[in-house]
Amino acid sequence: MIAYVVRRILYAVPTLIGVNLIAFALFFVANTPDDMARMALGAKRVTPEAVEKWKAERGYDRPLLFNGEARGAKKLTDTIFFDKSVRLFAFDFGNADDGRNIGHEIRTRMWPSLALAIPSLLVGLAVYVTAALAFALFRASAFDIWGVVACIALMSISALFYIVGGQYLVSKLWSLVPISGYQGGVDSFKFLVLPVLVGLAAGFGESVRVYRTFFLEEIGRDYVRTARAKGLSDAALLGRHVLKNAAIPILTGVVAAIPGLFLGSLLTESFFGIPGLGSYTIDAIQAQDFAVVRSMVFLGAVLTILGYLLADLSYTLVDPRVRFE
Amino acid sequence: MIVVLWTDALVWVLVALVVAYVLYARRKAHLAAPWRRVGRSASGMAAAVVIAAMAIVALADSLHFRPRLPGGDPAKPAYAVQVLSVLDLALESLRTRGERTYSAPFATRLYQRETVELGEGKVAREFARLRHGGAHLADEGDRWADIARRGLAGAAGGAAAWAALAWALAWLAARRARLPVRAAWARMLDGSGAVHWPAVLFTLLPFCILVGAVVPLASVYHVLGTDKVGQDVLYLAMKSVRTAYVIGGLTALVMLPLAVLLGIAAGYFRGWIDDLIQYVYTTINSIPGVLLIAAVVLMMQVWLDQNPDFFPTSAQRADARLLLLCVILGVTGWTGLARLLRAETLKVRELEYIQAARAFGVRDLRIITRHVLPNVMHIVVISLVMSFSGLVLAEAVLSYVGVGVDPTMTSYGTMINTARLEMAREPMVWWTLGAAFVFMFLIVLSANLLADAVRDAFDPRVRVGRRLATGRAA
Repeated sequence: MIAYVVRRILYAVPTLIGVNLIAFALFFVANTPDDMARMALGAKRVTPEAVEKWKAERGYDRPLLFNGEARGAKKLTDTIFFDKSVRLFAFDFGNADDGRNIGHEIRTRMWPSLALAIPSLLVGLAVYVTAALAFALFRASAFDIWGVVACIALMSISALFYIVGGQYLVSKLWSLVPISGYQGGVDSFKFLVLPVLVGLAAGFGESVRVYRTFFLEEIGRDYVRTARAKGLSDAALLGRHVLKNAAIPILTGVVAAIPGLFLGSLLTESFFGIPGLGSYTIDAIQAQDFAVVRSMVFLGAVLTILGYLLADLSYTLVDPRVRFE
Repeated sequence: MIVVLWTDALVWVLVALVVAYVLYARRKAHLAAPWRRVGRSASGMAAAVVIAAMAIVALADSLHFRPRLPGGDPAKPAYAVQVLSVLDLALESLRTRGERTYSAPFATRLYQRETVELGEGKVAREFARLRHGGAHLADEGDRWADIARRGLAGAAGGAAAWAALAWALAWLAARRARLPVRAAWARMLDGSGAVHWPAVLFTLLPFCILVGAVVPLASVYHVLGTDKVGQDVLYLAMKSVRTAYVIGGLTALVMLPLAVLLGIAAGYFRGWIDDLIQYVYTTINSIPGVLLIAAVVLMMQVWLDQNPDFFPTSAQRADARLLLLCVILGVTGWTGLARLLRAETLKVRELEYIQAARAFGVRDLRIITRHVLPNVMHIVVISLVMSFSGLVLAEAVLSYVGVGVDPTMTSYGTMINTARLEMAREPMVWWTLGAAFVFMFLIVLSANLLADAVRDAFDPRVRVGRRLATGRAA
């Protein structure tokens, strides 16, 4: 198994290099640092000196790939590519446009993100699986059919409406919880209840529908028919056999999502004013802070690849038919 | 002067492709059969009616021109800078009858007090009368009676139009089947025909009544109110239909060749080609979608800002941005379909008749186009139809994040974005958000229902699975 993990991690390296090259090509080759400087300084009154100053402050005043003026190894290291892209592999993200260290920001902001994402994941999983089991238990009945119709209707509503509607109903009309904001510790509960519930509602339609098909696929198998022929009740069959087997795709999906929890949710965090990584990313996109966006692209890729790796591992652990290869 | 925007041209190319596909599929029994199954699905046909009605709006909004300015030399006419579309002509009264600022649906007065000069140096703060909304009323007290009268008359007209349309359809069916009209009508209504006519007709009925009621009302009121700068919200919502359709349709046009070529090539040739293509899509896939799109769009924005001379009018600029957004969504979104196609091609290439073709020395290109492609086509159709609703939803989110369409372009994303701040006002302005909600919900729900019907019809596994799942006693 260790050999398998090591091999998988080695496979991830070229992918990360690819991500890094894509980011480099996007941010420095498709547009020169001069373009970025002009855009950041405002298109109208830019003097060449201001552009040079902006670039020097951020270390963009060096050659892209090869520095002919430097000596020795510095020919390669004193370049934008080395300084801005290669260093990402050491998780050295450099500074944002406002001068703050991006790595430090990420380390402090991941906690609010996790405080929102972990309860969302757990509550969501419990509710979705229960609802999907209920639909599967009463399959092909009016309850099931209208339930699926409701799921499709819920899927057809943009996440933005769930957030705006939730904020309006719960916070503004009923004044139950603050409309947005965040505080650490025990107080965080009242700030997190609404985002978690909104996330739950927004994901309900799609997840329940998918989980229901997992259950139905399992119900169609031969061992289920055998078990029923031997006189097992529908509820016992679902709870004991079907749930266990249908949990495999659900579980691997959830495991794949775990590393991504650090990244937080872009929309929810920014609407509810939670100072996590999601709102950090949105702020950076809106302020056109390229250094932060680049860092988040890389970090996001690392976490996604980690998620795939964990999902494959968990798959081999819960399904004995799958072998390490 | 006719203006062909880039997206217009591509929208019409897409229409031509769809028409060509329909004509081709009609003649091939194996291609027509699944579509007939879609036709017999009640929810699918009801959804198709809504999708088609919205598509007409979107297409009318894809014929652009610049109106000629009045006066001037007839030999050398001058044209307005503003780019209008055929839809703008149809909605002329909605477009031009703007107010000063917010007004509620069916209101006759502004939504907030304004300082009005009463003459002789006196001023008062009052809710001023609207310039257009309900301006025909001598007494504002008659408003609801007037609305009811116009609405009911319009609804009756709509119902009559529906009856005429239904009769015309029955007459056509009667001609084709050589039956009396009454018998053809009865056959249409029992839902056993090649198309599920009851679903079509009873989706059209409320639709006709609604359109009939809104048309006479919209010419004298603001049915959905006005926004901050006094634009009619119904007009904005209608204009946003095109943006949603362009995003949903053109992205598919970009995605399709990439996914089909690379997916089939990877599965068919295997070896280093497979490794390379797999590497490319794992790499693209491992960057979280919104972040990748945001990064590319930010860079595109820099480029657009550097090259302002490319586009003579702001409409062309906004259009270029919309097209680039579609390209970006397509280039970042082809991986899912490509992976499905690769997996299916791996299976298909081992089929005996394809091995036989290879043994006979048939060239790879011919095997792919003759044998592999038709065998994986159902996956392509299902994914394309299913991607539409997701793209319409994605547009709203991307516009919120600030990497969506140009802020000057009307879309549901920009409407929601402005409406978000209006919700915090006191008293609240809810109608922009409400209009965006209803229109988006209708489009996405219909697209989802249609996608379900298409998937059920094209995917053999689903049909078998459904029989197993529903036949619990069997």
